Amino acid sequence: MDLIQASFKQVSDAVKSKKISATEVTQFFLNRAEKLNPKLNAYIAMNESALNDAKAVDEKIAKNENVGPLAGVSFGIKDLLCTKNLRTTAASKILSNFIPPYDASVVARLKSSGAIVLGKLNLDEFAMGSSNETSFFGKCYNPWNTAYVPGGSSGGSASAQAARIAMGTIGTDTGGSIRQPASFCGVVGIKPTYGRVSRYGIIAYASSLDQAGPIVSSVEDAALTLEVICGHDDKDSTTSTKKVPEFSKNLNTNVKGMKIGLVKQYQNNDLLHPDITKTYHAAIEELKKAGAEFVEVSIPLTEFAVPMYYLIAASEASSNLARYDGVKYGYRSEFKDLSSLSLDDFYAQTRGEGFGKEVKRRIMLGTYCLSSGYYDAYYNKACQVRRLLREQYLDVFKNCDALLSPVTTSPAFKVGERSADPLKMYLNDIFTTSTNLAGLPGMSVPFGFSAEGMPIGVQLTGAHFEEQKILNLAYTLESMSSAKGRTPNVF
Amino acid sequence: MIDQKTIEHIAKLARLKVTPEEATEYGEQLTKVLAHFQQIASLDTSNIEPLVTPSEIDFFAREDIVKQENTTEEMVKNAPDKAGNLFKVPPVV
Repeated sequence: MDLIQASFKQVSDAVKSKKISATEVTQFFLNRAEKLNPKLNAYIAMNESALNDAKAVDEKIAKNENVGPLAGVSFGIKDLLCTKNLRTTAASKILSNFIPPYDASVVARLKSSGAIVLGKLNLDEFAMGSSNETSFFGKCYNPWNTAYVPGGSSGGSASAQAARIAMGTIGTDTGGSIRQPASFCGVVGIKPTYGRVSRYGIIAYASSLDQAGPIVSSVEDAALTLEVICGHDDKDSTTSTKKVPEFSKNLNTNVKGMKIGLVKQYQNNDLLHPDITKTYHAAIEELKKAGAEFVEVSIPLTEFAVPMYYLIAASEASSNLARYDGVKYGYRSEFKDLSSLSLDDFYAQTRGEGFGKEVKRRIMLGTYCLSSGYYDAYYNKACQVRRLLREQYLDVFKNCDALLSPVTTSPAFKVGERSADPLKMYLNDIFTTSTNLAGLPGMSVPFGFSAEGMPIGVQLTGAHFEEQKILNLAYTLESMSSAKGRTPNVF
Repeated sequence: MIDQKTIEHIAKLARLKVTPEEATEYGEQLTKVLAHFQQIASLDTSNIEPLVTPSEIDFFAREDIVKQENTTEEMVKNAPDKAGNLFKVPPVV
Protein backbone atom coordinates (compact mmCIF):
# COMPACT_ATOMS: atom_id res chain seq x y z
CA MET A 1 0.00 0.00 0.00
CA ASP A 2 1.32 3.45 -0.95
CA LEU A 3 0.91 5.21 2.38
CA ILE A 4 2.05 8.54 0.93
CA GLN A 5 -0.76 8.72 -1.62
CA ALA A 6 -3.52 6.75 0.12
CA SER A 7 -6.55 8.57 1.53
CA PHE A 8 -7.54 8.33 5.19
CA LYS A 9 -10.46 6.14 4.20
CA GLN A 10 -8.29 3.74 2.21
CA VAL A 11 -5.80 3.39 5.08
CA SER A 12 -8.50 3.06 7.71
CA ASP A 13 -10.35 0.43 5.62
CA ALA A 14 -7.09 -1.48 5.11
CA VAL A 15 -6.33 -1.36 8.83
CA LYS A 16 -9.83 -2.55 9.73
CA SER A 17 -9.65 -5.42 7.23
CA LYS A 18 -6.15 -6.31 8.55
CA LYS A 19 -4.42 -5.77 5.20
CA ILE A 20 -2.00 -3.56 7.11
CA SER A 21 -1.75 -2.93 10.85
CA ALA A 22 -2.04 0.42 12.60
CA THR A 23 1.38 -0.39 14.06
CA GLU A 24 2.93 -0.71 10.59
CA VAL A 25 1.36 2.56 9.44
CA THR A 26 2.61 4.35 12.55
CA GLN A 27 6.10 2.89 12.20
CA PHE A 28 6.24 4.01 8.57
CA PHE A 29 5.52 7.64 9.47
CA LEU A 30 7.77 7.58 12.55
CA ASN A 31 10.64 6.40 10.33
CA ARG A 32 9.90 9.05 7.76
CA ALA A 33 9.75 11.76 10.41
CA GLU A 34 13.03 10.59 11.91
CA LYS A 35 14.69 10.90 8.53
CA LEU A 36 13.16 14.17 7.28
CA ASN A 37 12.37 16.20 10.37
CA PRO A 38 15.97 17.36 11.00
CA LYS A 39 15.79 19.31 7.71
CA LEU A 40 12.39 20.85 8.48
CA ASN A 41 12.08 21.17 12.26
CA ALA A 42 8.36 20.56 11.85
CA TYR A 43 8.03 18.43 15.00
CA ILE A 44 8.85 19.82 18.43
CA ALA A 45 8.47 16.36 19.96
CA MET A 46 7.39 12.86 18.98
CA ASN A 47 4.85 10.86 20.95
CA GLU A 48 6.84 8.14 22.72
CA SER A 49 3.74 5.99 23.11
CA ALA A 50 2.57 6.24 19.47
CA LEU A 51 3.41 2.60 18.77
CA ASN A 52 1.65 1.44 21.94
CA ASP A 53 -1.41 3.47 20.97
CA ALA A 54 -1.33 1.86 17.51
CA LYS A 55 -1.01 -1.58 19.06
CA ALA A 56 -4.10 -0.88 21.15
CA VAL A 57 -6.05 -0.09 17.94
CA ASP A 58 -4.82 -3.33 16.36
CA GLU A 59 -5.87 -5.29 19.43
CA LYS A 60 -9.35 -3.80 19.28
CA ILE A 61 -9.60 -4.82 15.64
CA ALA A 62 -8.41 -8.34 16.49
CA LYS A 63 -11.28 -8.54 18.98
CA ASN A 64 -13.76 -7.19 16.39
CA GLU A 65 -14.39 -4.06 18.44
CA ASN A 66 -15.51 -0.82 16.82
CA VAL A 67 -12.50 1.44 16.09
CA GLY A 68 -13.92 4.45 14.26
CA PRO A 69 -13.44 6.14 10.89
CA LEU A 70 -9.79 7.16 11.35
CA ALA A 71 -8.47 3.79 12.53
CA GLY A 72 -4.69 3.79 12.24
CA VAL A 73 -4.45 7.24 10.61
CA SER A 74 -1.43 8.99 12.12
CA PHE A 75 -1.80 12.64 13.00
CA GLY A 76 0.65 15.36 13.91
CA ILE A 77 -0.92 17.86 16.28
CA LYS A 78 -0.05 21.55 16.48
CA ASP A 79 1.67 22.03 19.82
CA LEU A 80 -1.06 24.43 20.89
CA LEU A 81 -3.49 21.59 21.64
CA CYS A 82 -3.13 19.85 24.99
CA THR A 83 -2.22 16.18 24.83
CA LYS A 84 -2.51 14.12 28.00
CA ASN A 85 0.89 13.19 29.44
CA LEU A 86 2.62 14.56 26.31
CA ARG A 87 4.46 17.86 26.71
CA THR A 88 2.58 20.83 25.21
CA THR A 89 4.52 24.05 24.82
CA ALA A 90 2.76 26.55 22.50
CA ALA A 91 6.38 26.85 21.18
CA SER A 92 7.10 29.07 24.18
CA LYS A 93 9.76 28.99 26.87
CA ILE A 94 7.06 29.77 29.42
CA LEU A 95 5.39 26.39 28.76
CA SER A 96 8.55 24.50 27.82
CA ASN A 97 8.07 22.00 30.67
CA PHE A 98 4.26 21.73 30.74
CA ILE A 99 2.71 18.26 30.69
CA PRO A 100 -1.08 18.50 30.38
CA PRO A 101 -3.18 16.29 32.65
CA TYR A 102 -5.87 16.05 29.95
CA ASP A 103 -6.50 15.97 26.17
CA ALA A 104 -8.01 18.84 24.21
CA SER A 105 -11.46 17.77 22.98
CA VAL A 106 -10.19 17.75 19.36
CA VAL A 107 -7.42 15.33 20.36
CA ALA A 108 -9.81 13.18 22.41
CA ARG A 109 -12.17 12.93 19.42
CA LEU A 110 -9.35 11.98 17.06
CA LYS A 111 -8.15 9.30 19.46
CA SER A 112 -11.60 7.85 19.99
CA SER A 113 -12.05 7.63 16.22
CA GLY A 114 -8.95 5.43 16.03
CA ALA A 115 -6.36 8.05 15.03
CA ILE A 116 -2.83 7.86 16.41
CA VAL A 117 -1.00 10.95 17.70
CA LEU A 118 2.49 10.86 16.16
CA GLY A 119 3.88 14.00 17.73
CA LYS A 120 3.56 17.71 18.38
CA LEU A 121 4.12 20.23 15.62
CA ASN A 122 6.00 23.51 15.56
CA LEU A 123 4.28 26.90 15.39
CA ASP A 124 4.90 30.57 15.98
CA GLU A 125 5.05 31.14 19.73
CA PHE A 126 1.46 31.13 21.06
CA ALA A 127 0.29 31.09 17.40
CA MET A 128 1.39 34.71 16.99
CA GLY A 129 3.01 34.96 13.60
CA SER A 130 2.75 34.25 9.90
CA SER A 131 6.12 32.58 9.25
CA ASN A 132 6.89 30.13 12.06
CA GLU A 133 9.98 32.19 12.85
CA THR A 134 9.08 33.04 16.46
CA SER A 135 9.12 29.51 17.93
CA PHE A 136 11.25 29.01 21.06
CA PHE A 137 12.20 25.65 19.53
CA GLY A 138 13.62 27.15 16.34
CA LYS A 139 12.30 28.06 12.93
CA CYS A 140 10.46 25.55 10.78
CA TYR A 141 11.16 25.30 7.03
CA ASN A 142 9.14 24.81 3.87
CA PRO A 143 9.74 21.35 2.34
CA TRP A 144 9.35 22.73 -1.21
CA ASN A 145 12.47 24.81 -0.61
CA THR A 146 14.01 25.14 2.82
CA ALA A 147 15.17 28.71 2.10
CA TYR A 148 11.48 29.67 2.41
CA VAL A 149 9.15 29.89 5.41
CA PRO A 150 6.30 27.38 5.68
CA GLY A 151 3.95 30.20 6.74
CA GLY A 152 2.34 30.41 10.13
CA SER A 153 1.30 30.12 12.68
CA SER A 154 0.56 26.43 11.90
CA GLY A 155 3.86 26.20 9.99
CA GLY A 156 4.87 22.85 11.49
CA SER A 157 1.51 21.33 10.51
CA ALA A 158 1.71 22.50 6.89
CA SER A 159 5.40 21.60 6.57
CA ALA A 160 4.88 18.10 8.02
CA GLN A 161 1.88 17.53 5.79
CA ALA A 162 3.62 18.65 2.61
CA ALA A 163 6.61 16.41 3.43
CA ARG A 164 4.22 13.58 4.42
CA ILE A 165 5.87 13.04 7.76
CA ALA A 166 2.33 12.73 9.09
CA MET A 167 -0.72 11.33 7.34
CA GLY A 168 -2.76 14.26 8.59
CA THR A 169 -2.30 17.27 10.84
CA ILE A 170 -4.33 19.62 12.98
CA GLY A 171 -3.73 23.36 12.97
CA THR A 172 -5.48 26.35 14.47
CA ASP A 173 -6.54 29.57 12.77
CA THR A 174 -7.02 32.91 14.54
CA GLY A 175 -6.34 35.23 11.58
CA GLY A 176 -5.28 32.85 8.81
CA SER A 177 -2.98 30.42 10.62
CA ILE A 178 -4.41 27.34 8.86
CA ARG A 179 -5.10 28.81 5.41
CA GLN A 180 -1.87 30.78 4.88
CA PRO A 181 0.59 27.95 5.71
CA ALA A 182 -1.58 25.48 3.76
CA SER A 183 -1.25 27.79 0.75
CA PHE A 184 2.51 28.25 1.23
CA CYS A 185 3.08 24.48 1.49
CA GLY A 186 0.65 23.27 -1.20
CA VAL A 187 -1.77 21.40 1.06
CA VAL A 188 -5.46 21.68 1.96
CA GLY A 189 -6.48 23.60 5.08
CA ILE A 190 -9.89 24.49 6.44
CA LYS A 191 -10.92 26.75 9.29
CA PRO A 192 -14.47 25.84 10.26
CA THR A 193 -17.21 28.28 11.32
CA TYR A 194 -16.61 29.77 14.77
CA GLY A 195 -18.43 27.41 17.13
CA ARG A 196 -18.11 24.25 15.01
CA VAL A 197 -15.07 22.88 16.83
CA SER A 198 -14.48 22.79 20.57
CA ARG A 199 -11.72 25.04 21.87
CA TYR A 200 -11.46 23.05 25.13
CA GLY A 201 -7.83 22.25 25.80
CA ILE A 202 -6.52 24.51 23.03
CA ILE A 203 -4.15 27.09 24.46
CA ALA A 204 -6.03 30.35 23.93
CA TYR A 205 -4.66 33.19 21.85
CA ALA A 206 -7.79 35.21 20.96
CA SER A 207 -10.83 33.29 22.15
CA SER A 208 -13.41 35.00 19.94
CA LEU A 209 -11.39 34.19 16.80
CA ASP A 210 -9.61 30.85 17.45
CA GLN A 211 -10.77 27.68 15.66
CA ALA A 212 -8.98 24.40 15.02
CA GLY A 213 -9.14 22.50 11.75
CA PRO A 214 -7.34 19.98 9.54
CA ILE A 215 -4.30 20.64 7.34
CA VAL A 216 -4.19 17.58 5.09
CA SER A 217 -3.39 16.44 1.56
CA SER A 218 -6.84 16.25 0.02
CA VAL A 219 -10.31 17.75 0.30
CA GLU A 220 -11.72 14.28 1.03
CA ASP A 221 -9.38 13.83 4.01
CA ALA A 222 -10.30 17.33 5.23
CA ALA A 223 -14.02 16.49 5.04
CA LEU A 224 -13.58 13.23 6.95
CA THR A 225 -11.46 14.86 9.66
CA LEU A 226 -14.04 17.62 10.08
CA GLU A 227 -16.77 15.02 10.66
CA VAL A 228 -14.73 13.70 13.57
CA ILE A 229 -13.69 16.96 15.23
CA CYS A 230 -16.81 19.13 14.72
CA GLY A 231 -19.83 19.20 17.00
CA HIS A 232 -21.09 20.41 20.33
CA ASP A 233 -18.92 19.91 23.39
CA ASP A 234 -20.21 20.34 26.94
CA LYS A 235 -16.80 21.69 27.85
CA ASP A 236 -16.99 24.67 25.46
CA SER A 237 -20.23 26.62 25.72
CA THR A 238 -19.48 28.47 22.48
CA THR A 239 -19.79 25.27 20.43
CA SER A 240 -22.92 25.02 18.34
CA THR A 241 -25.50 22.28 18.88
CA LYS A 242 -26.15 22.21 15.10
CA LYS A 243 -25.97 18.78 13.52
CA VAL A 244 -22.67 18.05 11.79
CA PRO A 245 -23.26 17.04 8.14
CA GLU A 246 -21.63 13.94 6.66
CA PHE A 247 -19.16 16.15 4.85
CA SER A 248 -17.19 13.37 3.16
CA LYS A 249 -20.26 11.46 1.97
CA ASN A 250 -21.81 14.64 0.58
CA LEU A 251 -18.71 15.64 -1.41
CA ASN A 252 -19.39 16.22 -5.10
CA THR A 253 -18.19 18.32 -8.01
CA ASN A 254 -21.61 19.49 -9.10
CA VAL A 255 -21.16 23.23 -8.75
CA LYS A 256 -23.37 24.13 -11.71
CA GLY A 257 -25.36 27.27 -10.95
CA MET A 258 -23.49 28.02 -7.73
CA LYS A 259 -23.00 31.75 -7.30
CA ILE A 260 -19.53 32.82 -6.29
CA GLY A 261 -18.68 36.33 -5.16
CA LEU A 262 -15.44 38.10 -6.02
CA VAL A 263 -14.74 40.78 -3.44
CA LYS A 264 -14.30 44.13 -5.19
CA GLN A 265 -11.92 45.41 -2.52
CA TYR A 266 -9.53 42.50 -3.16
CA GLN A 267 -9.15 43.20 -6.87
CA ASN A 268 -6.22 45.19 -8.21
CA ASN A 269 -4.52 45.28 -4.83
CA ASP A 270 -1.09 46.89 -5.33
CA LEU A 271 0.59 44.23 -3.21
CA LEU A 272 -0.65 41.29 -5.31
CA HIS A 273 2.17 39.21 -6.76
CA PRO A 274 1.59 38.41 -10.48
CA ASP A 275 1.81 34.64 -9.85
CA ILE A 276 -0.95 34.94 -7.24
CA THR A 277 -3.16 36.86 -9.69
CA LYS A 278 -2.48 34.26 -12.37
CA THR A 279 -3.45 31.35 -10.11
CA TYR A 280 -6.54 33.14 -8.84
CA HIS A 281 -7.75 33.92 -12.38
CA ALA A 282 -7.07 30.34 -13.47
CA ALA A 283 -9.31 29.11 -10.62
CA ILE A 284 -12.09 31.46 -11.72
CA GLU A 285 -11.87 30.16 -15.29
CA GLU A 286 -11.96 26.51 -14.21
CA LEU A 287 -14.98 27.03 -11.97
CA LYS A 288 -16.73 28.87 -14.80
CA LYS A 289 -16.13 25.83 -17.01
CA ALA A 290 -17.72 23.70 -14.30
CA GLY A 291 -20.82 25.87 -14.49
CA ALA A 292 -20.38 28.19 -11.52
CA GLU A 293 -21.47 31.80 -11.90
CA PHE A 294 -19.45 34.78 -10.73
CA VAL A 295 -20.64 38.11 -9.38
CA GLU A 296 -18.71 41.05 -8.04
CA VAL A 297 -19.56 41.88 -4.43
CA SER A 298 -18.57 44.77 -2.24
CA ILE A 299 -17.48 44.37 1.38
CA PRO A 300 -15.97 47.81 2.07
CA LEU A 301 -14.99 47.11 5.67
CA THR A 302 -12.58 44.33 4.64
CA GLU A 303 -10.17 47.21 4.04
CA PHE A 304 -10.10 47.71 7.81
CA ALA A 305 -9.71 44.01 8.66
CA VAL A 306 -6.04 44.12 9.64
CA PRO A 307 -6.35 46.95 12.20
CA MET A 308 -9.59 45.46 13.54
CA TYR A 309 -8.01 42.04 13.84
CA TYR A 310 -4.82 43.11 15.58
CA LEU A 311 -6.63 45.41 18.03
CA ILE A 312 -9.04 42.64 19.03
CA ALA A 313 -6.59 39.73 18.93
CA ALA A 314 -3.91 41.57 20.92
CA SER A 315 -6.46 42.69 23.52
CA GLU A 316 -7.79 39.17 23.99
CA ALA A 317 -4.24 37.80 24.05
CA SER A 318 -3.12 40.20 26.77
CA SER A 319 -5.98 38.91 28.89
CA ASN A 320 -5.59 35.21 27.99
CA LEU A 321 -1.84 35.20 28.59
CA ALA A 322 -2.19 36.74 32.04
CA ARG A 323 -2.47 33.18 33.39
CA TYR A 324 1.21 32.42 32.76
CA ASP A 325 2.63 33.60 36.04
CA GLY A 326 5.19 30.99 37.10
CA VAL A 327 2.99 29.80 39.97
CA LYS A 328 0.74 26.95 38.86
CA TYR A 329 2.70 25.46 35.95
CA GLY A 330 5.26 26.36 33.34
CA TYR A 331 8.54 28.26 33.49
CA ARG A 332 9.54 30.18 36.62
CA SER A 333 12.52 32.51 36.71
CA GLU A 334 15.41 31.33 38.93
CA PHE A 335 14.97 33.10 42.25
CA LYS A 336 17.48 32.59 45.02
CA ASP A 337 15.19 33.70 47.77
CA LEU A 338 11.42 34.17 47.47
CA SER A 339 11.04 35.79 50.90
CA SER A 340 12.57 39.14 49.96
CA LEU A 341 10.72 39.41 46.64
CA SER A 342 7.46 41.19 45.82
CA LEU A 343 4.82 39.16 44.00
CA ASP A 344 4.71 41.75 41.17
CA ASP A 345 8.46 41.52 40.59
CA PHE A 346 8.17 37.73 40.68
CA TYR A 347 5.52 37.82 37.92
CA ALA A 348 7.28 40.47 35.83
CA GLN A 349 10.64 38.72 35.83
CA THR A 350 9.16 35.29 35.06
CA ARG A 351 7.00 36.66 32.24
CA GLY A 352 9.75 38.93 30.90
CA GLU A 353 12.04 35.91 30.53
CA GLY A 354 9.41 33.35 29.56
CA PHE A 355 7.76 35.13 26.64
CA GLY A 356 9.45 35.85 23.31
CA LYS A 357 9.63 39.23 21.61
CA GLU A 358 6.55 39.04 19.40
CA VAL A 359 4.39 37.69 22.22
CA LYS A 360 5.51 40.53 24.48
CA ARG A 361 4.85 43.03 21.71
CA ARG A 362 1.27 41.79 21.36
CA ILE A 363 0.70 41.69 25.13
CA MET A 364 1.91 45.31 25.29
CA LEU A 365 -0.32 46.34 22.37
CA GLY A 366 -3.33 44.58 23.89
CA THR A 367 -2.73 45.94 27.38
CA TYR A 368 -2.52 49.44 25.91
CA CYS A 369 -5.77 48.98 23.97
CA LEU A 370 -7.60 47.77 27.09
CA SER A 371 -6.10 50.35 29.45
CA SER A 372 -8.08 53.16 30.99
CA GLY A 373 -8.50 56.04 28.53
CA TYR A 374 -7.89 53.94 25.40
CA TYR A 375 -10.45 51.13 25.74
CA ASP A 376 -13.20 52.97 23.87
CA ALA A 377 -10.97 54.29 21.10
CA TYR A 378 -9.33 50.96 20.33
CA TYR A 379 -10.83 47.72 21.67
CA ASN A 380 -14.44 48.79 21.87
CA LYS A 381 -14.28 50.65 18.55
CA ALA A 382 -12.81 47.57 16.84
CA CYS A 383 -15.62 45.40 18.24
CA GLN A 384 -18.22 47.84 16.93
CA VAL A 385 -16.68 47.85 13.45
CA ARG A 386 -16.54 44.07 13.71
CA ARG A 387 -20.35 43.94 13.96
CA LEU A 388 -20.66 46.13 10.87
CA LEU A 389 -18.21 43.93 8.97
CA ARG A 390 -20.20 40.84 9.88
CA GLU A 391 -23.41 42.53 8.65
CA GLN A 392 -21.76 43.32 5.31
CA TYR A 393 -20.82 39.64 4.95
CA LEU A 394 -24.34 38.48 5.89
CA ASP A 395 -25.75 40.78 3.19
CA VAL A 396 -23.39 39.38 0.57
CA PHE A 397 -24.27 35.78 1.45
CA LYS A 398 -27.95 36.51 0.78
CA ASN A 399 -27.04 36.40 -2.92
CA CYS A 400 -23.91 34.25 -2.93
CA ASP A 401 -22.99 30.68 -2.07
CA ALA A 402 -19.31 31.38 -1.45
CA LEU A 403 -16.49 33.84 -2.05
CA LEU A 404 -13.30 33.15 -3.96
CA SER A 405 -10.12 35.13 -3.31
CA PRO A 406 -6.37 34.80 -3.01
CA VAL A 407 -5.12 33.54 0.37
CA THR A 408 -2.15 35.89 0.54
CA THR A 409 -0.67 38.68 -1.54
CA SER A 410 2.47 36.67 -2.34
CA PRO A 411 3.73 33.09 -2.38
CA ALA A 412 5.92 31.88 0.51
CA PHE A 413 8.67 34.40 1.29
CA LYS A 414 12.23 33.70 2.30
CA VAL A 415 13.28 32.99 5.88
CA GLY A 416 14.23 36.25 7.59
CA GLU A 417 12.85 38.43 4.81
CA ARG A 418 9.97 40.07 6.67
CA SER A 419 10.43 39.40 10.35
CA ALA A 420 12.18 42.70 11.17
CA ASP A 421 9.18 44.96 10.61
CA PRO A 422 6.07 43.99 12.63
CA LEU A 423 3.68 46.25 10.69
CA LYS A 424 4.80 44.80 7.37
CA MET A 425 4.34 41.30 8.79
CA TYR A 426 0.84 42.16 10.08
CA LEU A 427 -0.21 43.45 6.66
CA ASN A 428 0.44 39.97 5.20
CA ASP A 429 -2.86 38.93 6.73
CA ILE A 430 -5.02 41.20 4.59
CA PHE A 431 -7.13 38.46 2.93
CA THR A 432 -7.53 36.05 5.84
CA THR A 433 -8.37 37.98 9.03
CA SER A 434 -11.86 39.18 8.09
CA THR A 435 -13.04 35.55 7.90
CA ASN A 436 -12.23 35.09 11.59
CA LEU A 437 -13.69 38.47 12.56
CA ALA A 438 -17.00 37.48 10.93
CA GLY A 439 -16.78 33.88 12.25
CA LEU A 440 -17.07 32.35 8.76
CA PRO A 441 -15.62 29.07 7.47
CA GLY A 442 -12.66 29.49 5.11
CA MET A 443 -10.30 27.17 3.33
CA SER A 444 -7.24 27.09 1.14
CA VAL A 445 -6.87 24.60 -1.69
CA PRO A 446 -3.67 24.29 -3.77
CA PHE A 447 -4.10 25.50 -7.32
CA GLY A 448 -0.76 26.56 -8.80
CA PHE A 449 2.91 27.35 -8.43
CA SER A 450 5.03 30.45 -8.55
CA ALA A 451 7.82 30.90 -11.08
CA GLU A 452 10.20 29.87 -8.27
CA GLY A 453 8.29 26.61 -7.84
CA MET A 454 6.55 27.50 -4.59
CA PRO A 455 2.91 26.37 -4.18
CA ILE A 456 -0.02 28.79 -4.33
CA GLY A 457 -3.52 28.16 -2.99
CA VAL A 458 -6.83 29.90 -3.50
CA GLN A 459 -9.23 30.78 -0.70
CA LEU A 460 -12.90 29.89 -0.45
CA THR A 461 -15.09 31.54 2.18
CA GLY A 462 -18.57 30.33 3.05
CA ALA A 463 -21.57 31.55 5.02
CA HIS A 464 -21.82 30.47 8.67
CA PHE A 465 -22.08 26.66 8.99
CA GLU A 466 -21.91 26.20 5.18
CA GLU A 467 -18.64 24.24 5.14
CA GLN A 468 -20.13 21.74 2.69
CA LYS A 469 -20.42 24.33 -0.08
CA ILE A 470 -16.79 25.43 0.14
CA LEU A 471 -15.66 21.80 0.47
CA ASN A 472 -17.50 20.95 -2.77
CA LEU A 473 -16.02 23.95 -4.57
CA ALA A 474 -12.57 22.98 -3.31
CA TYR A 475 -13.19 19.38 -4.38
CA THR A 476 -14.02 20.65 -7.86
CA LEU A 477 -10.92 22.84 -8.02
CA GLU A 478 -8.77 20.00 -6.72
CA SER A 479 -10.04 17.68 -9.48
CA MET A 480 -8.98 20.25 -12.11
CA SER A 481 -5.79 21.42 -10.49
CA SER A 482 -2.43 20.98 -12.14
CA ALA A 483 -1.01 21.09 -8.60
CA LYS A 484 -2.70 17.80 -7.67
CA GLY A 485 -0.31 14.95 -6.96
CA ARG A 486 2.79 17.17 -7.10
CA THR A 487 4.93 16.65 -4.04
CA PRO A 488 8.03 18.47 -2.81
CA ASN A 489 11.39 17.10 -3.72
CA VAL A 490 12.43 16.12 -0.19
CA PHE A 491 12.09 12.41 -0.71
CA MET B 1 3.42 58.91 20.19
CA ILE B 2 3.97 56.26 22.82
CA ASP B 3 6.75 57.58 25.05
CA GLN B 4 8.99 55.72 27.49
CA LYS B 5 6.77 56.63 30.43
CA THR B 6 3.73 55.09 28.74
CA ILE B 7 5.69 51.97 27.86
CA GLU B 8 6.80 51.59 31.47
CA HIS B 9 3.22 52.03 32.64
CA ILE B 10 1.90 49.44 30.16
CA ALA B 11 4.68 46.99 31.07
CA LYS B 12 3.75 47.38 34.72
CA LEU B 13 0.06 46.72 34.00
CA ALA B 14 1.04 43.66 31.93
CA ARG B 15 3.45 42.39 34.64
CA LEU B 16 6.26 42.28 32.09
CA LYS B 17 9.83 43.17 32.82
CA VAL B 18 11.24 44.92 29.76
CA THR B 19 14.81 46.06 29.31
CA PRO B 20 15.49 49.72 28.40
CA GLU B 21 16.39 48.60 24.85
CA GLU B 22 13.13 46.66 24.55
CA ALA B 23 11.20 49.66 25.88
CA THR B 24 12.65 51.90 23.17
CA GLU B 25 11.98 49.33 20.47
CA TYR B 26 8.40 48.63 21.58
CA GLY B 27 7.72 52.36 21.91
CA GLU B 28 8.76 52.99 18.31
CA GLN B 29 6.98 49.93 16.92
CA LEU B 30 3.73 50.44 18.80
CA THR B 31 3.65 54.09 17.75
CA LYS B 32 3.93 53.06 14.12
CA VAL B 33 1.42 50.22 14.39
CA LEU B 34 -1.17 52.30 16.25
CA ALA B 35 -0.77 55.19 13.82
CA HIS B 36 -1.70 52.79 11.03
CA PHE B 37 -4.56 51.25 13.04
CA GLN B 38 -5.91 54.73 13.81
CA GLN B 39 -7.76 54.55 10.46
CA ILE B 40 -10.75 52.84 12.12
CA ALA B 41 -11.39 56.06 14.07
CA SER B 42 -12.87 57.60 10.92
CA LEU B 43 -15.71 55.03 10.77
CA ASP B 44 -19.12 55.94 12.13
CA THR B 45 -20.11 53.46 14.82
CA SER B 46 -22.62 55.51 16.79
CA ASN B 47 -25.27 53.30 18.44
CA ILE B 48 -23.54 50.12 17.28
CA GLU B 49 -23.30 47.34 19.86
CA PRO B 50 -19.81 45.84 20.02
CA LEU B 51 -19.66 42.29 18.61
CA VAL B 52 -17.77 39.64 20.51
CA THR B 53 -19.14 36.25 19.43
CA PRO B 54 -19.26 36.20 15.63
CA SER B 55 -21.54 33.27 14.80
CA GLU B 56 -25.06 32.47 16.01
CA ILE B 57 -24.53 30.21 18.95
CA ASP B 58 -27.25 28.74 21.09
CA PHE B 59 -25.26 29.23 24.28
CA PHE B 60 -25.65 25.97 26.00
CA ALA B 61 -25.11 25.60 29.72
CA ARG B 62 -24.41 22.08 30.91
CA GLU B 63 -26.02 20.66 34.02
CA ASP B 64 -24.20 21.87 37.11
CA ILE B 65 -23.01 18.48 38.28
CA VAL B 66 -19.65 17.83 39.91
CA LYS B 67 -17.59 15.29 37.97
CA GLN B 68 -14.36 13.86 39.29
CA GLU B 69 -12.25 14.00 36.14
CA ASN B 70 -8.90 15.08 37.53
CA THR B 71 -7.21 14.54 40.86
CA THR B 72 -5.60 17.33 42.88
CA GLU B 73 -2.30 15.56 42.49
CA GLU B 74 -2.58 15.66 38.69
CA MET B 75 -3.54 19.32 38.69
CA VAL B 76 -0.62 20.49 40.82
CA LYS B 77 2.04 18.20 39.40
CA ASN B 78 3.27 20.90 36.95
CA ALA B 79 3.87 23.50 39.68
CA PRO B 80 7.46 24.84 39.68
CA ASP B 81 7.54 24.94 43.49
CA LYS B 82 5.05 23.54 45.96
CA ALA B 83 4.52 22.38 49.51
CA GLY B 84 2.12 19.45 49.53
CA ASN B 85 -0.77 20.57 47.38
CA LEU B 86 0.00 24.27 47.87
CA PHE B 87 1.82 26.54 45.42
CA LYS B 88 4.81 28.39 46.83
CA VAL B 89 4.95 32.13 46.08
CA PRO B 90 6.67 35.20 47.57
CA PRO B 91 5.05 36.58 50.73
CA VAL B 92 1.80 38.33 49.87
CA VAL B 93 0.88 39.68 53.30
